[in-house]
Amino acid sequence: MTALLERPASVADKPPRRRPARRWRHRLTVLSFMAPALLGIGVFFLYPLLAAVYFSFTRFDLLTVPRWVGLRNYTYLFTQDSVAGQAALNTVWFVLILVPARMLAALLTSMLLVSLKRGGGFFRTIFYLPALAPPVAATIAFVFLFNPATGPVNEVLSWFGVDGPLWFDSPDWSKPSLVLLGTWAVGDLMVIFLAALLDVPKPLYEAAAIDGANAWQRFWHVTFPSLSPVLVFAAVTGVIQTLQYFTQAAVAASVASGTATTGGGISSTFGYPENSTLTYPLHLYVSGFRYYDMGYANALAVVLFVVAFGVTVVLLRRFRAFTGGAR
Amino acid sequence: MTVTLPRRGTMVRESWLVVVARNSVAIAAAAIFVAPFLFVVLMSFMTSDQALTSNLWPTTWHPGNFVDIFTKMPMFDYLVNTMTYALLATGFMLLSSIPAAYALAKLKWRGSTAVFVVVICMMMLPPQVVTVPLYLMWSNAGLTGTLWPLILPMLVGDAFSIFLLRQFLMTIPGTVLDAARIDGCSEWQVLLRVVVPMAKPGIAATAIFQFFYAWNDYYGPLLYTSEDQANWTLSIALSQFKTLHHVEWNLVMAATLLVMAPVVIVFFFAQKAFVQGVTLTGVKG
Repeated sequence: MTALLERPASVADKPPRRRPARRWRHRLTVLSFMAPALLGIGVFFLYPLLAAVYFSFTRFDLLTVPRWVGLRNYTYLFTQDSVAGQAALNTVWFVLILVPARMLAALLTSMLLVSLKRGGGFFRTIFYLPALAPPVAATIAFVFLFNPATGPVNEVLSWFGVDGPLWFDSPDWSKPSLVLLGTWAVGDLMVIFLAALLDVPKPLYEAAAIDGANAWQRFWHVTFPSLSPVLVFAAVTGVIQTLQYFTQAAVAASVASGTATTGGGISSTFGYPENSTLTYPLHLYVSGFRYYDMGYANALAVVLFVVAFGVTVVLLRRFRAFTGGAR
Repeated sequence: MTVTLPRRGTMVRESWLVVVARNSVAIAAAAIFVAPFLFVVLMSFMTSDQALTSNLWPTTWHPGNFVDIFTKMPMFDYLVNTMTYALLATGFMLLSSIPAAYALAKLKWRGSTAVFVVVICMMMLPPQVVTVPLYLMWSNAGLTGTLWPLILPMLVGDAFSIFLLRQFLMTIPGTVLDAARIDGCSEWQVLLRVVVPMAKPGIAATAIFQFFYAWNDYYGPLLYTSEDQANWTLSIALSQFKTLHHVEWNLVMAATLLVMAPVVIVFFFAQKAFVQGVTLTGVKG
């Protein structure tokens, strides 16, 4: 409360009554704290956003100057580029499957932890550990575990007479394999859910138990309502994260595709097998940095921005608490 | 809160069958979560011949793989590159983001909410959206092919770190700061002498997150260094290991363990700060 330091009558929200010299000093103080960050916002956020919009209306290959082509990149994107459609569908697939799968896994593990009488700390660490594994390392480990020829997973499955699929090498199984990877590394979400579960007032459960509620009723009428803000938050941030899903899909493709990448650089394997793991951001990257079609890559970027921004607005509107309440 | 809080089972006594079932589920789940690590460790100790078979257990233990990854590939150089990136990025981030987080959490000024909303938007923005203009910018500066395009921006604040630090600083009571102000401290003195010492756990958590972000980063190094192998980080090297050495899973898994190890070790030393940080990124506060 800076108000404490000011003269009574003129306090708070009426700046004109404050002495100008003092106001300027305050502004300069704030500026001295904020200047680097404000510069960063300008140079690394606002400028590239505007530049991306401008470039999206041009044809630009890095070698010659950008040439204005109007809406041509966008018409190509929406009417002709079938790979863009496939990439968008892949990303939608991940949003619809990966996000709920992770939330379900986080809910189940966190509720299991809360219900344990002893050993909660031990199991919490175990369940959390996979989330720590660097994404590149975790992805490579999974490609190894699930590799059809010598991988442990298909080996163990064969003990039960199950003929395992080709996993990361099959267009039908590559995305489900990545979902398994994402669900394994669910620890970060689990810790958030766990904190929310521990915040549910204990007397509510006791009251429900006295009223004769069974376990399912206690979950549905006590746990779930108390948890719903966190669930919505997890869903929205999950969607935002999945819109930029890149690393795991890129690494899985480049490792699973094997040794055949002599030319064309790292990005030549993205999407393997048969573009089934080519997410929208990967398509953007390939368009820009493999085919040097910078104008088109920026058109893809602008569309991605519009979608991501829409989701962010939902998040900000839903969670005023997120921004409000300074001091 | 100390130990003996009555748990909610005290009212409804559960049968021992339920307890056993619950613990069995926990143990089974733990086995599933641990199994991938176990298989990676086992593979990393196999000989190259055995790695071609589907045996799960090493017939002879071959720790030489951990030496081979340094001799068959310039792993040490990649390690140095990664450490340079992670340490500089973390240091620069702290210098630029702590003051900004303080101004957003504890100073009253017109537009602070608007700026904070912009910071959140920046944090939520998929990095791919601004990739091309930023790449062109660094290309004009002649810095593509190096890690500087990933390190230098940290001098002007990192959106996620500002957000996280701000959430931490919000929990410091304003009365403490006012006391310091009455004692004649300038705002910078308040920050350096009062706030920073009080916010050490939060700053530590943010620094750890930033360090791990850089350590784990794949997209940034791919974008800027993929053409120049001398500046590769461990992430890029790891993802390209197979293409350079065919299917030597034993070596790849040894390298994978090497990349995982520091993260896990830091986690065990700083578990509390870490979990607190993860929780704060959630909806609380």
